[in-house]
Amino acid sequence: MIKLQNIEKVYRTDTIETLALNGINLHVAKGEFLSIMGPSGCGKSTLLNIMGLLDEPSKGELHIDGHTVTRLSDKELAGFRNKRLGFIFQSYHLINDLNVLDNVELPLLYRKVNAKERRRLAAAALEKVGLSNRLQHFPSQLSGGQKQRVAIARAIVGEPEIILADEPTGNLDSAMGNEVMDILIQLNQHDKTTIVMVTHDEQMARKTHRLVRLFDGSQVQ
Amino acid sequence: MLKNYFKIAIAVLKRRKFFTFISLFGISFTLATLLVLTAFLDRIVNHEYPDAKRKQSLYISGIEERGERARSNSGLSISYIKRYVLPMKLPGAIAFSSRSNGTNTYFHGKKIGIDYKFVNSVFWDILEFDFLEGKPFTVQQEKNLEKVAVISQDLRDNYFGKDVPAVGQYLEANNEKYRVTGVVRNVPASTYMLSSDMYIPYTLTKDDMNTPSYFGEYAAILLAKKTSDIPAIKKEYEDIVRRVPHTQKRFLKTTSLADSYLDAYIRGGSQESKQKVWVYTALGIFISLIVFLPIVNLVNINVTRIMERSSEIGVRKAFGATRKALVYQFIVENIILTLIGGLVGLVLAQLVMIILNNADLIKNLHLSLNFTVLFIGLLTCLVFGFLSGVYPAWRMSRFPIVKALKA
Repeated sequence: MIKLQNIEKVYRTDTIETLALNGINLHVAKGEFLSIMGPSGCGKSTLLNIMGLLDEPSKGELHIDGHTVTRLSDKELAGFRNKRLGFIFQSYHLINDLNVLDNVELPLLYRKVNAKERRRLAAAALEKVGLSNRLQHFPSQLSGGQKQRVAIARAIVGEPEIILADEPTGNLDSAMGNEVMDILIQLNQHDKTTIVMVTHDEQMARKTHRLVRLFDGSQVQ
Repeated sequence: MLKNYFKIAIAVLKRRKFFTFISLFGISFTLATLLVLTAFLDRIVNHEYPDAKRKQSLYISGIEERGERARSNSGLSISYIKRYVLPMKLPGAIAFSSRSNGTNTYFHGKKIGIDYKFVNSVFWDILEFDFLEGKPFTVQQEKNLEKVAVISQDLRDNYFGKDVPAVGQYLEANNEKYRVTGVVRNVPASTYMLSSDMYIPYTLTKDDMNTPSYFGEYAAILLAKKTSDIPAIKKEYEDIVRRVPHTQKRFLKTTSLADSYLDAYIRGGSQESKQKVWVYTALGIFISLIVFLPIVNLVNINVTRIMERSSEIGVRKAFGATRKALVYQFIVENIILTLIGGLVGLVLAQLVMIILNNADLIKNLHLSLNFTVLFIGLLTCLVFGFLSGVYPAWRMSRFPIVKALKA
């Protein structure tokens, strides 16, 4: 499903060059739930961002579902992200000025889906994460766990084949973290969604199919 | 999608009240200034009372003689008009009038300031004054040096009393008594070439009508038989001026132009050919500054406002927004903001006009919001919204997603 070939990422300033990822070769199979672990600054999030087409590698090739995606235009990348990828972030990144339903609708805004259908799909996604009773609430009125469930609903509303989650339980207590993890496992098992998750939590990582460890930008396991 | 953008635009406006106030103040203040200014210009350019045949007329507002070291310019003398203007063949009619002179008069112990003009009887044929009572003085009365006058509604109300019939009554000004033959509706002071409180036959002037000097205080209006004759009349006058002898040896060139109303208005008597260009340029720069400075200010505010929302930009891009979609969103938001500012500006402009009209700063000039002004206002709003939104929107749409999410 996702194939990374010799991926390198170098951050350059006027005086310093930092090698964030060094020759990463990785294959994520369709329907796999993969977790990435490693100490802070080892390149986990950078790797996830490259897989999610949020950042460009300095070198190497990335293939998603057989498509080489490293040389796509802005418009093609946007279309690819919109239809095939869903994102969950540690700090939720909900839009505070929009209510829950409007937040979840967001990916559908960039598809040709009419307003009524957008509402229906968003409500269905929220039902899946158990938030049917919070449609008109604003993010500031929700707990951390609820916010992350809204973020999950937003990630799945467009039925992407791949979900990329950057420390989705990082800001939650263990009970809420487990709830969120259960939803992700459910998505993986029932909907066969491929999930790549960055985490610091060994216990959460053990619940996934495979664990990849990074150290100083290189894959060590 | 528009509904979504509208919702977020309103939410953002509510969230940062200070920024919103600054933005709205900038837009509404600028728009109000522009609207009042355009109302004023509209009044000057399009309000054709009493010269309804403006497009069929040419205006000679002055004359200039120039030598190597000397230069004089002024209005026309009556002798110049008689020798060089009245003999013209192509105009259908030629009127002339002096500039306004001021005097004071007393009536029942009340001091009344009066502006008066000397005019010829053709003045009444070319210009379409609304006579509230009576009629203009005739060519015969002009020839007979009869002390008659046409007065404005304001002067009648001040001198004789509000709506008191004045025709046939006598009015004293400059130690002379004039019999009123007619009362006309007021002409705004902005139409300075034609506005006055009292119009007197030019034959009553104490000026020397046979002076060899070209310089005086008169302006002439040439009425063409048809609009298409205008270029030929201009040419005829140019040819005449070319042949006019210099009044003194030190003068080498004489200039006097037959202009359209607007050009003559802007020239204000000066025959300097660059004068018109200067006035138009100054007006253009003034209006551009009025529009440009708030746009720069808005762009600045918008950049800050949009950069604050970089996380939202990152999220939208992550979920599939193209650069084009983001630019569109922020332009729509800005247009909503400027339209709100525009509405406030309209109300402000209306208030300012009411205050200006009541204060009567420019005598009899009644500014109002008309359709032209409204159209200009709305168009300006849209241009504002678009221009002040494009640059920030374009800038943030190129922001890398990862950086936007981290910001």
